[in-house]
Amino acid sequence: MIVALRKITGKAPIKIWHKENDIPNLDLIVIPGGFSFGDYLRCGALAARSPVISAIKNHISRGGTVLGVCNGFQILIEAKILPGSLMRNKKLLFTCKETKLEVQSCIKNPFLSSFKTGECLRIPVAHNEGNYFATNDLLKKLKEEGRIALKYSKQKDNEKNYNPNGSTEDIAGILSNNGRVLGMMPHPERAINYLHGGTDGLKLLTNCVEQIIG
Amino acid sequence: MEPQSQLLKVNKNEYLAQQKSKLEDALEMGLTEDEYNLICKKIDKTPNMTELGIFSAMFSEHCSYKSSKKWLKTLPTEASHVIQGPGENAGVIDIGENLAAVFKIESHNHPSFLEPYQGSATGVGGILRDVFTMGARPIALMNALRFGVPDQPLTKHLVSGVVKGIGGYGNCIGIPTVGGETNFDKSYDGNILVNAMAIGLAKKDRIFYSAATGAGNPVIYVGAKTGRDGIHGATMASAAFTENSAEKRPTVQVGDPFTGKLLLEACLELMNTDAVLSIQDMGAAGLTSSSVEMASKGSLGMRLNLDLVPTREDKMTSYEIMLSESQERMLMILKPGSEEKAKSIFDKWDLDFAIIGEVTNTGRLILTKYGFEACNLPIKPLVEDAPEYSKPYEIKTDKKILKPSDLKTNLTIIDILKTIFKNPNIASKKWIWEQYDSSVMGDTIFANGDSDASIVKIHGTEKKDSYGKGLAITTDCTPRYVKSDPVVGGMQAVCEAARNIASSGAIPLAITNNLNFGNPDKKNVMGEIVGSIKGISEAASFFGTPIVSGNVSLYNETNDKSILPTPVIGMVGTIDKVENSLEISAKPENVLIALGQSDNFESGWVGCSIYQEIINKNYDGAPPPINLQYEKKVIEILLKLNKQKLLTAAHDISDGGLLTTVCEMLFKYNLGLDINLPSKLRSCDNNNPLLQSWCFGEDQARIIIATKDVKKVQLILKENNVDFFILGETNSTSNLNLKDNTTISINELKNLNENTIPSMMGMEK
Repeated sequence: MIVALRKITGKAPIKIWHKENDIPNLDLIVIPGGFSFGDYLRCGALAARSPVISAIKNHISRGGTVLGVCNGFQILIEAKILPGSLMRNKKLLFTCKETKLEVQSCIKNPFLSSFKTGECLRIPVAHNEGNYFATNDLLKKLKEEGRIALKYSKQKDNEKNYNPNGSTEDIAGILSNNGRVLGMMPHPERAINYLHGGTDGLKLLTNCVEQIIG
Repeated sequence: MEPQSQLLKVNKNEYLAQQKSKLEDALEMGLTEDEYNLICKKIDKTPNMTELGIFSAMFSEHCSYKSSKKWLKTLPTEASHVIQGPGENAGVIDIGENLAAVFKIESHNHPSFLEPYQGSATGVGGILRDVFTMGARPIALMNALRFGVPDQPLTKHLVSGVVKGIGGYGNCIGIPTVGGETNFDKSYDGNILVNAMAIGLAKKDRIFYSAATGAGNPVIYVGAKTGRDGIHGATMASAAFTENSAEKRPTVQVGDPFTGKLLLEACLELMNTDAVLSIQDMGAAGLTSSSVEMASKGSLGMRLNLDLVPTREDKMTSYEIMLSESQERMLMILKPGSEEKAKSIFDKWDLDFAIIGEVTNTGRLILTKYGFEACNLPIKPLVEDAPEYSKPYEIKTDKKILKPSDLKTNLTIIDILKTIFKNPNIASKKWIWEQYDSSVMGDTIFANGDSDASIVKIHGTEKKDSYGKGLAITTDCTPRYVKSDPVVGGMQAVCEAARNIASSGAIPLAITNNLNFGNPDKKNVMGEIVGSIKGISEAASFFGTPIVSGNVSLYNETNDKSILPTPVIGMVGTIDKVENSLEISAKPENVLIALGQSDNFESGWVGCSIYQEIINKNYDGAPPPINLQYEKKVIEILLKLNKQKLLTAAHDISDGGLLTTVCEMLFKYNLGLDINLPSKLRSCDNNNPLLQSWCFGEDQARIIIATKDVKKVQLILKENNVDFFILGETNSTSNLNLKDNTTISINELKNLNENTIPSMMGMEK
């Protein structure tokens, strides 16, 4: 993620240690993937109780922008910054593969503004707990508020297993109610040059940086 | 008060640990009577139980290589690009631009059979520690796995557990698992093989070694706490030694990848300062082998206070502390005065940091517990007097050369192809690979069969006109060839590895090997060891790819039945411009050319082939012969063509022969091909043995290349006098046409190829 952000902005992002709770004013906070605390409890549950989380919540309450990827998405859910839950993948197996994502019609947000609704991105996933679950009430609310940002979609018409984790309605990423926080399971930082097999991840991150910083 | 009675008061087990040993104790710890007598003579006293435990660990096959050492010494280990050969935690080679590649392969066979998840996970953890101990940041993991046949009741459970364990550790610690091989054979039914390989990068002038330096310097213990896990099983069976056997029953080590990650980051952070003088990970035989090896390599001694070792459980004895194999621990010697700085780094990462002793110039290992001397041994005999056996051996070879006409069948070529892709040994391992995070760190170019060797970009070597340098890595061995002819089989493993590295576009550089065999006390097994080492040595010398690290795993047998001899070759190479690396998949309108095969080649080698196994239900006869000069010629011409950017794909011909290789090259983009046949075979029937041997024979030194510029390639091949055969041009029909009347659906084969392993595991694709 640091490589990707440096590639876009030309400078290295600031790294913040999880025990810090006093952070400077920032344009964008990215909570990257990983296995915080080994994922030994529920994924992200321990990290969601790290000192830095209160600082992130302050940043959000000031209207700040946050992108959570993979474990970062799990942490945002465990910290109750985003609603719903991320369960074990339906097949109970870790899965690492390229997925096709379809941009949904959603509220104004800095992450996907340069993409058209229905436009597709190819970005890989790599996780064990990405099966997004929402109750019917929550799902209805997310739809009404236009907060479903990305869905897994078929690469071929007859494809059966395009959804890598069994998530509700193929959801891959959701937004906060002000559109300033995006949590997504796929890893955009792993699709930033043609040797990765595609640059759709770079497009997403570049758009995000440009929208926020200008 | 008498010391002994005082000890008794402190801890009865500790008292027992310091009691004088008897011969029976030594036998129970796996030593022989001769070895016990040798120990008593060399140290000039009867060892106490702790001392005997230390000797039994150091003299074990695992630490001393006593059966194989004589032959391991004959392996080629030197070349101008070798920075560190065998004997350290991992091998180190110079890869240019002031960088070094650090790598090693190691087995975790027995624990993985008992407890597949933890056994394989700790195998990965252990090999990663070996690499970062040298100061290298690990950038890729590989593996070589062998399981029993799919219908054997335990196989599914073992495959599932091992794959989850490898993924569990590698994914969590955040290092990509980029490839490997997985095979199935009945000889592994009761004894699976789990070999894990790690490769890391370091600055050439910032390699860390294990030799202790400077008497008086502090000895530091860092990482996880020591528990009672993994204490050597044979040793632990000692009845005289336990009051409560349940409490001490040996358990397989338990991996903690998160602590592993913290230890990795903390060690690398500390290594960025000038504090670390030497460092050694606590792997097999834990604190014993790490302290003894560090002292021995520095020709020094060590004094340790075992009361200062962080422990997970109460009242651990000196014996238990010395022989525990708890994971995620390191022993370091620091520059005096740098302790505080070092401690602050380990505090930051929430890891234990304890000064447990000092380096001495006595040449002895002195351990104290509760203020009493628990061990006082000279270091030298622990290492230098470990026995070296010259066990009798007999190299058995099957010299029978099978002719295609010896194999009679009604099966058509299509039938055989279908059977091949239903064979889990050939079928796609996608189901396994998708459970490994292969793209974390963002530098993976080709993983998991995309290319013949996995390619990882070297971060930081980017140039204006290039994405930078890449490392190519492969693991290979064809055990059935080794069984039939250990020397040829050993050579073949090296040749196939080199061919795979070259087919990815990289130059082969060096080897790490994992020698997995049965019981060396059997003459024929010892013959397999000796023969395959001879073969490996000959081929590795010829290619200039020395063996820089490795591991030996013996006694892989169940109920007196040995595994197939499995000397796994892990090879590493480099490619200067990573964007020039080659995948196996051909693109539309590419011409496929078989390198190393002439127009006159009409009869394939069927002995020991997958084809023979399909027809005869077993394999025998001599394996395909190896011609090293010819292998080298094929590799060199491929690299030359690729340097001129004339190639779009390459895939070496191995298991399943030419037609299997062609299909694998067509799968990804659903391509078709009207395949050209040698004139003599064009009129043959579909079940003609000669035609089938051409399709499925396993003759070596062949690689299929794909090109858009067939004229230029042809010219260069002719100029260089390399045999080649033009197979035809790819098209978009998704049909492989063999002759006018035989059409094979690539999509159908692709589905079989991808469904075999999931359906074996009882899962839909």
